[in-house]
Parts: sequence; structure tokens; C-alpha cells
Amino acid sequence: MPDAPGLELIRGEIEQHHPGAVLDTSFDRGQAALVVDPAQIVAVLSWLREAPGQEYGFLSSLHAADYLPAAPRFGVHYELLNRDRVERLRVKAMLADPAADGGDAEALPEIDSCVDLFPTAEFQEREVFDFFGIAFKGHPDLRRILMPDDYVGWPQRRDFPVGGEPVRFTYNERNYG
Amino acid sequence: MEVKRQKAGDVPLGERTTMRERQLRARNMLRGDLEGEELERYVEERVVMTKFDQMLGWARANSMFPLTFGLACCAIEAPISIVTARYDLARFGAEALRASPRQADLIILSGRVSIKMAPVVRRLYDQMLEPKWVMAMGACSSSAGMFSNYAVVQGADKFMPVDIYVPGCPPRPEAVLYGFTKLQRKIMGSPDPGWRQRYNANGSEEWARGGPRSEPSGEAAEAYERAREQIAGGPGATGEPVGA
Repeated sequence: MPDAPGLELIRGEIEQHHPGAVLDTSFDRGQAALVVDPAQIVAVLSWLREAPGQEYGFLSSLHAADYLPAAPRFGVHYELLNRDRVERLRVKAMLADPAADGGDAEALPEIDSCVDLFPTAEFQEREVFDFFGIAFKGHPDLRRILMPDDYVGWPQRRDFPVGGEPVRFTYNERNYG
Repeated sequence: MEVKRQKAGDVPLGERTTMRERQLRARNMLRGDLEGEELERYVEERVVMTKFDQMLGWARANSMFPLTFGLACCAIEAPISIVTARYDLARFGAEALRASPRQADLIILSGRVSIKMAPVVRRLYDQMLEPKWVMAMGACSSSAGMFSNYAVVQGADKFMPVDIYVPGCPPRPEAVLYGFTKLQRKIMGSPDPGWRQRYNANGSEEWARGGPRSEPSGEAAEAYERAREQIAGGPGATGEPVGA
């Protein structure tokens, strides 16, 4: 895990190669994270993977989060790992919701796919697409992976209805019913 | 056919006799020991009169073949625990778990049914032969329990008929056994299966072609055609799924 100054050094180096790519850094509870411009995500990931001294060669996880009501709304998180130094680095790309503010309700947030860099990302990007409706441009086979193919909606978004039937416990009935 | 009349009590042991003959023989054997009303009552107590339906229900209830089938954590309680020596489902005549729905007549829905699993469960149910019974075991398969969300069917009775619900999360094996004996009592009553019509679950077994009702379901017919085409070197012969 790079420490806080180490994280700033990484940011500085990325600035030299890809100006404007790093929007922010955060170092919280010993975890280092870079907030990256989504348009340059593949460039930054490939630099972190290839550059001497960095060599984060393993994408240990790719996942997303919905930060509603914050804007930009969606975050795609890349957890990188260097297995020689056992150092972890989180890369975040924040995506705005194109359907917000009267936009096309069917439009999906888009980001470049990193399957060419990390083949393991193929299924994980499909999962993110499945649950959050984030489209990965350049993904070889972007379709649902866990939900049925004919499922409608993006169930892990925060505005997705919980659904089902309300469970009525005795306690709730007595106190709030 | 000639009916051979014989005096009751003269028939040698081991020979096949009618109920009436045995009844009279029992009375003969007791002649002298019991008299009058006592004798009548003694004989009545030793003879069981029943209807064929009741006997059939009794036989069905006491020789159940549960399907070896588990959905989630409830599967640890049933069918795994209840067949062990400690709980011993064999006491109720159901120790023979069958691994094929064709040979089973009870399916225990042991756990939550996800929306992707639901068609599979329904297919298993359809493949079981009549008469068949369903036990929804635990809160999840009865009502989705705590899984009030997008991935889980809100109660298995949304898509298939359920005969008995066992509450609990998970139910103790004793509760499953209690539910099982309740189900046995239900079976002995020969309940009318007509209510399953609302689930299209009557006569929904898939039959092999040429069987007594050679009308396979749509899916089975498709799979059959696909297999034929592959054998014959048709469009599916390259190994690619047809229609993908």
C-alpha cells in the first residue's frame, strides 16, 4: 500500500505522462485511492500496469457503487495489486448519470473497457453492467451475467425498488402498525 | 369358475382364503372361550375393513420417495439431516431419496428460490409423476423470508402448487418431520388435486415420444428436434447452439 506521500508521487508521475488524468487523491484508513478522469481510465491503468516502479499487474477486483444523490453518481472502482511488493492501489472513475436532469431515460453511463489490459475484467465488467447498467465500451461480450437475459432494470442502483412484499413483524405491528 | 364351498374352520393353514372364511375360522377357534356379544366384538377388532382409496392413500403416505434436492441452507436440515440416524426419516417410510424426479413423489423446497432457479424447479416438478407433493421448507421458499429483493421469487407458490409449508429459518429437523407427518395425513385423505389446475400443474409430466400420451412439452420437443438434427448433421451439428 503506498503511503500518503507515495500516493502524491504516483499522482505527479501520472501528471507528467497524462496531464489532467488524475482529478483527486484520497488516503483514508491506510488505503490509497486515485480519482481518475473516466475518459483516460485505460491510459492510467495501463501506465500503472507497465511503468517501471509501479507494475500493478493484477486487477484484484473491479466493481461499482451508486453514490446517489451525489453527482457524479456512479463510481467504477479498480483494485490494483502489485504482488511483488504486496501493494494495493484503488483507482476510481466517477461517471455522471446521462438519464439525470431530463436526459434520455434509457441512456447508460459509459466508460472504456479494460479487458485488453486485464482479461479478468471481462466477467467483472459484465457484472457491473448487469447490476448498475454501466456500459463498457469495447467489451467483447457485454450482456447480463447473473440476472436472466430478459431481466429489465439495474437492480443494484439505489433508486431501484426493493420490491417483494413488506414483512410485518409483531414488533413493527405493535409499535408502528 | 367353480366355487368350492367348504365348511369354515376346515381349511388347512397357509391356504388362500377369503376374508369371510377367515372371520368364521377365527370365530370357530374361539368357540367355547368367548360367547355372544364378547365373541362378536373380539372378531370385529381383529378384522380391518377399508376402502381401496384409503388403503391406497395409506400406502402412498407411508412409502414416500423424496427427491434428493437442495436449494440453499435449509438443505442441511432436510434432506441431509432428516435421513441421518438421529432423526431418521426411515421411521416414516421415506428414507429412499431418489436422485431423479421421475422416481420421486415429494420435492422439498429447501431454501430460497431465485428467479433464475424458478424455471428449473418448476421443470423438476413437472417431471415428477403423479401423484406428487411439494413441501415448502423454511421462510424463504414459503414467502421469500428476509430476501425481499429483486433476485428471489417471493414465495414458491407463485409458480408451483405447494402442499405444505414448514415455518422456520431454518426449521429444526423435528419441524420438518412434523410437517412430513402432516403431509402424510393429508395424503391419506386423498385430496382432490384439482386445485393445481390454476398452476397448470395437472398432467404436466413430459412423456417420452411414443408413450401413452405422446405430447412432449414445447421445450422437450425442441430439445428432441435439436438432438435429431445434430445426429443427422443438420444445422446444429457444428456444436453451436441452435438459434443462439
